[in-house]
Amino acid sequence: MAERRFTKDHEWIELNGAIATVGITNYAQEQLGDVVFVDLPPAGKKITKGGEAAVVESVKAASEVYSPVTGEVVESNADLAKNPALANTAAEAGGWFVKIKVADPKELSALMDAAAYKKFVDGLH
Amino acid sequence: MRYLPLGPDDRAKMLGVIGAKSVDELFKDIPAKARVSGLLDLPMHAGELQVERTLGAMAAKNRAAGAGPSFLGAGSYRHHIPSAVDHLIQRSEFLTSYTPYQPEVAQGTLQFLFEFQTAVAMLSGMEVANASMYEGGSSCAEAVLMAGRVTGRSKAILSGSLHPHYRDTVRTFCQFSPVTVEYGEPNVDGNEDLASKLGPDVACVVVQTPDFFGNLHDYTKLGAACHAAGALLVVVVTEVVSLGALKSPGQMGADIFAGEGQSLGVGLNFGGPYVGLFATKKQYLRQMPGRLCGQSVDADGRRSYVLTLSTREQHIRREKATSNICTNSGLCALAFGIHVSLLGEEGIRRLAKLNHAAAVQLADQLGGVKGVKVLNKTFFNEFTVQLPGSATEIVEKMVGQGVLVGVPVQRLYRDRPEVANLLLVAASETNTDADRAAYVAGLKKVLA
Amino acid sequence: MKTDTFSGNRGLDLEEPLLFELGRPGVTGVDMPDAPKVASKLGGLEREGSIGLAGVSEPEVIRHFVRMSRNNYSIDANLYPLGSCTMKHNPRLNEKMARLPGFGDVHPLQPESTVQGALELIHVLGHWLKTITGMPAVAMPPAAGAHGELCGMMAIRAAHDAKGDKHRTRVLIPESAHGTNPATAAQCGFSVDPIPGNSHGRVDLAAVKAKLGPDVAGIMLTNPNTLGLFENEVIEVANAIHSVGGYFYADGANFNAIVGKAKPGDMGVDAIHINLHKTFSTPHGGGGPGSGPVCFSQALAPYAPLPMIVERQGRFHLIEHRGSAGEPGEKSFGRMRTFNGQMGMFVRALSYMMSHGADGLRQVAEDAVLSANYIMASCKDDMTSPFPGPCMHEALFDDRFLEGTGVTTLDFAKAMIDEGYHPMTVYFPLVVHGAMLTEPTETESKESVDRFIHVLKSLAKKAKSGDAQFFKDAPRYAPRRRVDETAAARNPVLRWTPPAPKAQAAE
Ligand SMILES: Cc1ncc(COP(=O)(O)O)c(C=O)c1O
Repeated sequence: MAERRFTKDHEWIELNGAIATVGITNYAQEQLGDVVFVDLPPAGKKITKGGEAAVVESVKAASEVYSPVTGEVVESNADLAKNPALANTAAEAGGWFVKIKVADPKELSALMDAAAYKKFVDGLH
Repeated sequence: MRYLPLGPDDRAKMLGVIGAKSVDELFKDIPAKARVSGLLDLPMHAGELQVERTLGAMAAKNRAAGAGPSFLGAGSYRHHIPSAVDHLIQRSEFLTSYTPYQPEVAQGTLQFLFEFQTAVAMLSGMEVANASMYEGGSSCAEAVLMAGRVTGRSKAILSGSLHPHYRDTVRTFCQFSPVTVEYGEPNVDGNEDLASKLGPDVACVVVQTPDFFGNLHDYTKLGAACHAAGALLVVVVTEVVSLGALKSPGQMGADIFAGEGQSLGVGLNFGGPYVGLFATKKQYLRQMPGRLCGQSVDADGRRSYVLTLSTREQHIRREKATSNICTNSGLCALAFGIHVSLLGEEGIRRLAKLNHAAAVQLADQLGGVKGVKVLNKTFFNEFTVQLPGSATEIVEKMVGQGVLVGVPVQRLYRDRPEVANLLLVAASETNTDADRAAYVAGLKKVLA
Repeated sequence: MKTDTFSGNRGLDLEEPLLFELGRPGVTGVDMPDAPKVASKLGGLEREGSIGLAGVSEPEVIRHFVRMSRNNYSIDANLYPLGSCTMKHNPRLNEKMARLPGFGDVHPLQPESTVQGALELIHVLGHWLKTITGMPAVAMPPAAGAHGELCGMMAIRAAHDAKGDKHRTRVLIPESAHGTNPATAAQCGFSVDPIPGNSHGRVDLAAVKAKLGPDVAGIMLTNPNTLGLFENEVIEVANAIHSVGGYFYADGANFNAIVGKAKPGDMGVDAIHINLHKTFSTPHGGGGPGSGPVCFSQALAPYAPLPMIVERQGRFHLIEHRGSAGEPGEKSFGRMRTFNGQMGMFVRALSYMMSHGADGLRQVAEDAVLSANYIMASCKDDMTSPFPGPCMHEALFDDRFLEGTGVTTLDFAKAMIDEGYHPMTVYFPLVVHGAMLTEPTETESKESVDRFIHVLKSLAKKAKSGDAQFFKDAPRYAPRRRVDETAAARNPVLRWTPPAPKAQAAE
């Protein structure tokens, strides 16, 4: 199984071949509270590392989801669009946001692994 | 001072608890240079009776529209407001409450907003309406900005028969935005080809019906052309009573409806406060400006209402908000809602018929005056007449006859000498046969 | 659904369906004669199909709205401590004055000769506002505070543009600012550069200076600020922004604290909006209407919006179009609404100002500030404040006193509802954790404020005693328990729609 990487903005990314799946972390969904809406990019949209990939909204907050890598959107999660609660109940599984065709897989290696991310999150309290 | 409950002993005790020697200690953060020493150069406090005398004297210098026959429109219309409206909006619980941020103690406001949204959506034939904007012109401007966001395009085309003040408001709102505004010549006869102006950069076409000059339009074809070209159709209605008689913007395929609700429940008020109406299609919901009230349930499962989709708004989205609007026109929305409730389906249709009939009768009578020509082929309760001389001067002379005869088109189109003789005339259910007779008799005298 | 009565009512608390659920065809609440027969000029554009409006009689309409009204909290019923909103007493004299036919029943486009009193009223109100703020000019059209911000920022943009300064695109805004400030700046095409606060809850002057540059258009500063504190370095901020050619926009939403005590004109302000619906007591009406006149410095005055009023030899004139060179309105940034302004609010505000006069207005600020400080001092052993006093007319608390109790600011707010109080403004400003911004205003008696303090202190003690569930379950005694905002947002129902015809019973 491919390894997961994490960003300081609380996105996770998992690379399978040339395609990466991106979502928000469990910690992020807890901070947001009940997710009520997600705005996902259309397939074919080019996105850059650190650029806005999607928007996730709770009742009282709206946050950008930044792309951890540069590439092109190949798919958005239609189930999530229909049922935004998936971002709460299955943030790091069925609640993924987008699949991206990655331009440079090496970009991932700069990101945190699970252990480093856990340490990062623990440090936020 | 009758509005201030604290007495000298209270103040002394409170200062004691705070541990301050004088109230001025509490103001010590204000730089000395900016402090007022002593009192402002303004009159001292006054009792009710004195204030009533002073303001009453100012009010008496104005001619109230209802003090005699009045036929003014051009975006603000005089209608009879049922007594229940003013009684109900003055209830403390409506008048003196704030924006319903705590839904558990604001269901009264929230329910009326939900009903207001429903009534506006029904009248305009649109899917969803918001909980009000300031007034019609700024509502129209917000519609144009929204069309820019929805389409990602940057040009707005305004009809030459859009109310000139709406046009100007749109230009002001857009002048520092990515949206550029193009508008037509004053379009008195209602014939203009807007579809030919469509192109890949056009975000929206903004039209009005009844238009500024009173002409009626079916924009169905224009809407289809807009959609084919990827643009939105924005339909403006400044006389909302017309929707009791005329095909609605929604029925014409409008993407956004922007209107003025002043005609129902609100009154003339020398121009404000009024109530801006705003409605659109469901698919554009998240690009809408303004507050929205939605239905939900409380912890006991009882139907309840609450402000919703607030992530569009400034208090959450800040510089990325769909609009900067915060305070809107809540109490005027309530007045509108109560008036619509009293009218109901049957009432609004009857009111619209009465208005139309009043205007047709007046147009027929004015058309019979020598030198006066009614220009409209179609109209609802307002039309344009051509006079044999300057409309501004004739209006002024007719004040002497006790009749407010209409709005000179020149007043809104200052730099257009060709409209100098045109007068906008509106009639409503408030006008009597005697009013019309006074109009015609006075006009004959003035033109003689 | 939980109801403990057969009717769903609870004593005086009467349930009320939507009006649309009450309607029947053929019923109306307005009687009108039949329209005379005329030859239609509608050109075949008659509306087809039913609009869908409900038919109800007048008594039903009265009951409908009266019942609904009883579910609302109001300043007429009790103290309304919403910080930044200035929920003060709304004198009924003002309502009476606004309804004089000479003000309420005047058309905005009547000939000037027939509206001299209306123009005079606006002119006189403008004079009061200029005197109170110490500013030389005023623009009356804005419909609310945010509309006033737009007015001020457009004037700033127009002033820069007139000098050919098109590169000034950045506006400095403290992080504690109200959301309308950044939203307005963005609407005028500016980018927003946030300024952090300092440890005293004021804007960090060093940070302001560090952000200055030739591309800065101006600063938007709220004073007194949204933390309820006066920006004591306001003059230094003004000098700094002016030193790079920028303008100073002041958000005057909190003007109630300093009316009659200090003048923005003496602080280097170039534009300031005054919310007549806050400081000058025009009623909030469940969210509006408001009115937000903007006072201008000499530098920005030429760019003020249309229409404007000028007085010549005792006659008042309405300038409705851009003038030619040298005439008023020559450089105006344009029209920002259809008609003149919020006349109904102008009458109410002037009625209030005249009632108070120079002496009363000063007392307003003193009593408002005194009451807020009294709350802050009285609660200091039970609640926590992020910044030491004295405060202005708002006492700000944070949620440190709730730490470890399991009770949140929201829970605390909902428990206040059961005690008969509308909560203070919560979670604003965003820069203070669990903020509770409390504004009693000057129109509360000491006895009323004491009762309120008693509730705050008692609830704080109760929270610390460990009964979190008590707070989670609140409110219990309001017309509604907690409303599910998540459900409302996930599946928006924004209007009533007729129920689908009932399906036949299943076979
Ligand atoms: C600090 C501050 N600025 C601006 C505004 C906006 O004023 P308005 O709601 O009148 O548009 C408010 C209103 O709540 C405010 O509190």
